Amino acid sequence: MQQETVGQTVDRRQSSRAVPDEPLVVFEGVSKSFGKLQAVRDISLSVHEGEFLTLVGPSGCGKSTLLNMTAGLFPPTEGSVTYRGTPVEPYNHRVGYMTQSDHLLHWRTVAKNIAVPLEIAKMSRGEIKDRVDELLELVGLAGFGENYPNQLSGGMRKRCALARLLAYDPETLLFDEPFAALDAQLRLRMQMEIRRIVAQLNKTVLFVTHDLDEAVSLADRCVVFSGRPGTISEVLDIPLPAERDLFSIRHNQKYAELTARLWDEMAPANEEGEN
Amino acid sequence: MKMILARLGILAAFLLFWELASGRLIQKYLVSSPSDIAVTFWNWLLDGRILFHAGITAFEAVAGFLLGAFVGMSIGLVLGRAEKLAELLNPFIMAFYSIPKIALAPLFIIWFGIGIEMKILLTATIVFFLVFLNTYTGVRSVSPELVNIMRLMGANERDVMRKVVLPSAIVWVFTGLRLSVPYAMIGAIVGEMIAANRGLGYLLSHASSQFNTAGVFAALVAIITMSVLLNMAVSFLARVAMPWEKAQEGREISI
Repeated sequence: MQQETVGQTVDRRQSSRAVPDEPLVVFEGVSKSFGKLQAVRDISLSVHEGEFLTLVGPSGCGKSTLLNMTAGLFPPTEGSVTYRGTPVEPYNHRVGYMTQSDHLLHWRTVAKNIAVPLEIAKMSRGEIKDRVDELLELVGLAGFGENYPNQLSGGMRKRCALARLLAYDPETLLFDEPFAALDAQLRLRMQMEIRRIVAQLNKTVLFVTHDLDEAVSLADRCVVFSGRPGTISEVLDIPLPAERDLFSIRHNQKYAELTARLWDEMAPANEEGEN
Repeated sequence: MKMILARLGILAAFLLFWELASGRLIQKYLVSSPSDIAVTFWNWLLDGRILFHAGITAFEAVAGFLLGAFVGMSIGLVLGRAEKLAELLNPFIMAFYSIPKIALAPLFIIWFGIGIEMKILLTATIVFFLVFLNTYTGVRSVSPELVNIMRLMGANERDVMRKVVLPSAIVWVFTGLRLSVPYAMIGAIVGEMIAANRGLGYLLSHASSQFNTAGVFAALVAIITMSVLLNMAVSFLARVAMPWEKAQEGREISI
């Protein structure tokens, strides 16, 4: 069953891919102000299909603003954000968004929560049931479909939110510090799951975090932000294998170097961000 | 079980003290006595008076409650989603809200007469504001982030309303409803006390005007009983409507 979904996903993506090597999301000279407050300034960045991109920087440096513009929640003040070559308009349905709060509907069971996007897409009951079972399996929640969210642990709630996110099969996933509220062990487990699932379903990911270890360990590329208004200070290629064990990676030489470098870079910025 | 026994114990002690104090510590015409009240209540029950008057009051309270709740919910939902309109109307709503609704009774008498309509509408006006404000707050408290997430899933305004706004506002709606029960009773009973020849409010003021203290207390017992029953009905509805809510929590707005 899972295999089948993966197959479908890949098919759809290939057919809709206009030019294979053209970047998926392009920010060109993007600035965004809210009233007098400038959130980001002069951002230029290309996101490629199938890439796992982490955005890291002190809080309040406009990382989330970029995600919001990718989702089409608001337009940039200057510059342009394009998705597959066309400017992003309100509600980019090809992306899915997951935030620090899981935003589950607490009056619906886990299965019914995951079914929300499928109901919106007007799928039949039978189809919904099959798809939900498949997703429960994928995120490791099989057997918990009939529970209400407030009966679940924090990690399970995240899994449920993830399943709901994947249900309508968006090709790009936007994560805004989704695991910030989890304890260290659970966070590591969820990070492993995310890498596994994203690779399995071949999704493109923009992952905002202020956790430097997370920024390196998850990423194919890591975008480092600084200051207020936020600008990109550096884009790091993370030359770690695609198939990586996030647990033992902590002993990897390259990983250690990269995180050390990020720490050095961020330390002064962090102090600034504190004020 | 222990709890219930303890409560019954408190009640019994209180009634006993009342019975003994009456006529000894306090003059009887002021406080009557539990036994006299029970006799009066029993007689009224037998001659059908209680049920007749209670039926009328219950009808007024429930009809006013339903009307006020329905209108309050509807307008609360609409204004909750229409931010601009709500902002425009805000001062008018607040001005109207700040009137003690009972003060409208004389006006309602001029408009609707002293019949049952006036009590229903008075009750509905009181209930309306409680339910409206709670519903409105409930709708406004829906996280915009959540709405955005739904929008990205392809939800239109109707989906957002049905899948997110209504269910998340329902907790608030029920808070408003539960708060409204005693106020619905106020509307009906005050309406009857001001102008009526029927209903528990009339029974109460009639007994009082004749210095029939036992009768006043008997009418109060009937009113309390009805309030409790209405409360139980709303709580029951809340449990049916919100199976995920094991325990009600009290985020509420009150007058």
